[in-house]
Amino acid sequence: MDGFAHPTTWVHLDWILAVVVAWLVMGVLGVVALRRFQFVANGLFPISACFSLGLLGLALSAMGAGPEVAVLPIGLPQLPFHLRLDSLSSFFLMVIGGVSAGVSAFAAGYFRKGEGTPPGLICLEYHIFLASIVLVVVADDAYAFMVVWETMAFSSFFLVMANHRIPEIRNAGYLYMLVAHIGALGLLLCFGVLQANTGDYTFANMRAQHLSPFWASVAFVLAVFGFGAKAGLLPLHAWLPEAHPAAPSPFSALMSGVMLKIALYGILRVSFDLLQTRIWWWGVLLMAIGLATSLFGVVFSTVQVEMKRLLAYSSIENVGLMCTGFGLSLLFSAYGMTAFAALAMTAALYHVVSHAFFKSLLFCSTGAVLHATGERSLGKLGGLIRTMPWVAWPSLIGALSCAGLPPFGGFVAEWLLLQSFLFTTGLPSSFLNMLVPVVAALIALVAALSGYTMVKYFGVIFLGQPRDEKLSFSHDADHWERIGMLWLAVGCVVLGLFPNQVIGWIDPVTHLLVSDGLAQAVAASSWLLVPVSIERASYSPAIFLLGVMACFALAYLLVRRLYKGGTRRAPPWDCGYPWQNARMQDTAEGFGHPIRQIFEPLFRMQRELPTPFDEQPLYRVTVEDPLWHWLYLPVAAVVERCSKLIGLLQQGRIAVYLMYSFVTLIVVLLVVKQ
Amino acid sequence: MSILGLLSQLMAIVLALALAPLLSGWVNQWRARLQNKSAPGLLQPYRALRKLFNKESVLAEHASPLFRMAPYIVFGCMLLASAIVPTLSTDLPLSPAADAIALVGLFALARVFISLAAMDVGTAFGSLGARREMLVGFLAEPALLMVLFCASMISRSTSLTTIVETLAHRELAIYPSLLVAGVAFTMVSLAENARVPVDNPETHLELTMIHEALILEYSGRHLALLEWAASLKLFAYSCVGLALFFPWGVAQADAPMALLLALFVLVLKLAVGGFALACVETLSAKMRIFRVPEFLATAFLLAVIGLLVNILLGVS
Repeated sequence: MDGFAHPTTWVHLDWILAVVVAWLVMGVLGVVALRRFQFVANGLFPISACFSLGLLGLALSAMGAGPEVAVLPIGLPQLPFHLRLDSLSSFFLMVIGGVSAGVSAFAAGYFRKGEGTPPGLICLEYHIFLASIVLVVVADDAYAFMVVWETMAFSSFFLVMANHRIPEIRNAGYLYMLVAHIGALGLLLCFGVLQANTGDYTFANMRAQHLSPFWASVAFVLAVFGFGAKAGLLPLHAWLPEAHPAAPSPFSALMSGVMLKIALYGILRVSFDLLQTRIWWWGVLLMAIGLATSLFGVVFSTVQVEMKRLLAYSSIENVGLMCTGFGLSLLFSAYGMTAFAALAMTAALYHVVSHAFFKSLLFCSTGAVLHATGERSLGKLGGLIRTMPWVAWPSLIGALSCAGLPPFGGFVAEWLLLQSFLFTTGLPSSFLNMLVPVVAALIALVAALSGYTMVKYFGVIFLGQPRDEKLSFSHDADHWERIGMLWLAVGCVVLGLFPNQVIGWIDPVTHLLVSDGLAQAVAASSWLLVPVSIERASYSPAIFLLGVMACFALAYLLVRRLYKGGTRRAPPWDCGYPWQNARMQDTAEGFGHPIRQIFEPLFRMQRELPTPFDEQPLYRVTVEDPLWHWLYLPVAAVVERCSKLIGLLQQGRIAVYLMYSFVTLIVVLLVVKQ
Repeated sequence: MSILGLLSQLMAIVLALALAPLLSGWVNQWRARLQNKSAPGLLQPYRALRKLFNKESVLAEHASPLFRMAPYIVFGCMLLASAIVPTLSTDLPLSPAADAIALVGLFALARVFISLAAMDVGTAFGSLGARREMLVGFLAEPALLMVLFCASMISRSTSLTTIVETLAHRELAIYPSLLVAGVAFTMVSLAENARVPVDNPETHLELTMIHEALILEYSGRHLALLEWAASLKLFAYSCVGLALFFPWGVAQADAPMALLLALFVLVLKLAVGGFALACVETLSAKMRIFRVPEFLATAFLLAVIGLLVNILLGVS
């Protein structure tokens, strides 16, 4: 950092720190102008979006460059912050910059007067969150990492609690904080194991240690536990569907699009970079957890009736898929098959970027819908494509991408992941060979189910007839919201159409993690995505799109040529039934019913059915997470019982406490005497 | 890409457009004969299309642009699907753009759009149809993918042309995995093409219909496109089945005369396949909608078993 005085000599890391400082300044400005709504919304947030774009540019240019190191003399004496920017950090900075640019622009139009926390304060929390998330990915020692990690947890806690007057939101915030801290405990222990009794907590030292397989495994399991709690891996997912709906929508978008990915960054950093050994069962463990998580997430998201909860469960599913990819990569890497490890890693990282874009886009769309209608329940929405086209069409792109359909971003990731599963026949263990087709089949099932979820999400909110009178007065998104959503939608399309370019960016990361990459194979052809060889597999989204469009045009021309009739508008036909109304459409419950019936053992369901004699027939069904009753409540009960037992010690009389001191003194004396 | 490749690609597209309604007509004719009804003419689907193209199109009052776009998109997807499946020749310029996984994605894209369009008008039957279509789809899609994976494991490729080339060049041995996968594929294609044990293409009985409920609000040119797309889908599925399980007779690159022979073989194979489909439809009864997931789950499991057999026997 010698050249800090001369901006001409700044390297990428310095500029990134400059962005962090700029964000912190914006946050402070927000507090200074606490109640000046116009200034905060239309001034600060758009400027912040520009800084995000700057970060995106910096990350892209730093991707191919070598690692940069810096030491910041802040924090405790003798414990400076070590920072390091390598390709893995740059990749995640790219995700942060790209997504936060759209979300900040959206936020400029989103926050309204007189709702919960004042906008200036939200601005501070929001920018501290962004700054801490950037510092997490460049931190290079355990101390700095934990400090910024906890800053991230706290700032996000306050953002979740923005509407703290509602009791459910307070409960959600509490649960979020609790799980975050249980996870942080795991991380502390993990770093403790990794430094291997040297007392040096820098990551450089951890890389140099060669742990025994046992201790390496302990560190790996602790990392999966600690980061998994933040990423929403099963069984520590319970906070996610509570906290995402509670937070304001732009922030849900950041949490789902970026924060979950930062947790995955942690898993990658520890298991592929800090640990020098790789054991095959780590990969199997990660794959098993990932698969269970994704199946659980997708099945639950199909039966949700609240739009943000539906998206939250869908995020659980996607994180599970990414973990499956990481697990497969770890498995290949443990057997030294680096080319296939790179393929699986590329698939998972591709999913990281594309999920960041489409899920933030979808969360932003729920925000716009929430503002326009004041309604979060799917059962009361409908027909919004007519009043809110600027929200509906970008969300359609997001939904198609989330459903993993070509030619959008989600499909490329899914395609690469399935391709990498087809190579598992080369694994030396016959048991693993048997297991893997089953995993591929389950991934295909998850992908198809997410299509079901997205048809439900988009169809029930935006299509059909309004299920409530007031919906016909709903207004479209304002211009900042439109800009934000369009940016994210363009991201989804670009990720879908130019996979070779994106894989070129991912290549340095896979070289760092599994010492191989796809860039060479991909660069052989400019339009085709060819991961291994052209005989083996190829996919070209651009030609694919051109093909569909050409067929579309052909159909249009055919119709123009053949068609003789005109067009007339009339009431819907519906088999000739004249008295139809909006309540005869499928509700959100109805659309999820087949899945609820097929996967019934997975749910904890309570149903109230009306009898034929009811004056006012009532049908109610509640679907709950069985893990809540099997795991969380029993653990909570045990904790409560333990604290009651400890409470017995506290009698509240001075004589008792004096006796404790006396007994302690005697015990200490006895010990000392021996 | 050779001139001949371009030619065979164009031929494949034109052939699909022209032959698809004929295949539907052929199946309908045989089904009527087997059921002791007087059969409609072989050209009946073409007449129906002409009739629809001459009629006025009635749109629901509040139908959105999505509703009007969907028939074109579905038609486009199905046409592209029939173009990338190697039916006549393996020398197809479009084929590298989309492999087996992308083919499944293409079918899924069409399914999602037709379901969304059915929900758009907001009638009871439309959303019912959309829900049922997605119910069929979420099990049929992975099952189809697993069937294709069985073949990809044998040929070590997901590219459709490579699969056909490898399968056509092996000795006349029966792969046990392909046998299982073939059963699974038949079940999936019955479900996906709205055929009898799952859906009835002729019914308008409200409680049982799936495909008809989806297109209930369409008329005129839109309905014509959707009907044409449905027959293209049947054509594409038949071609996938023929390519995977009876790949003999498909022309290789640089063989102009082989194309003519391939055309003859294809028509023959489709005729036999259509007759078999009519037999299946006549011999089985429509099942309740909630038995459909069991039916499709069986297909899915069979396909996965096919994959496992593949690995167990070490074919790949």
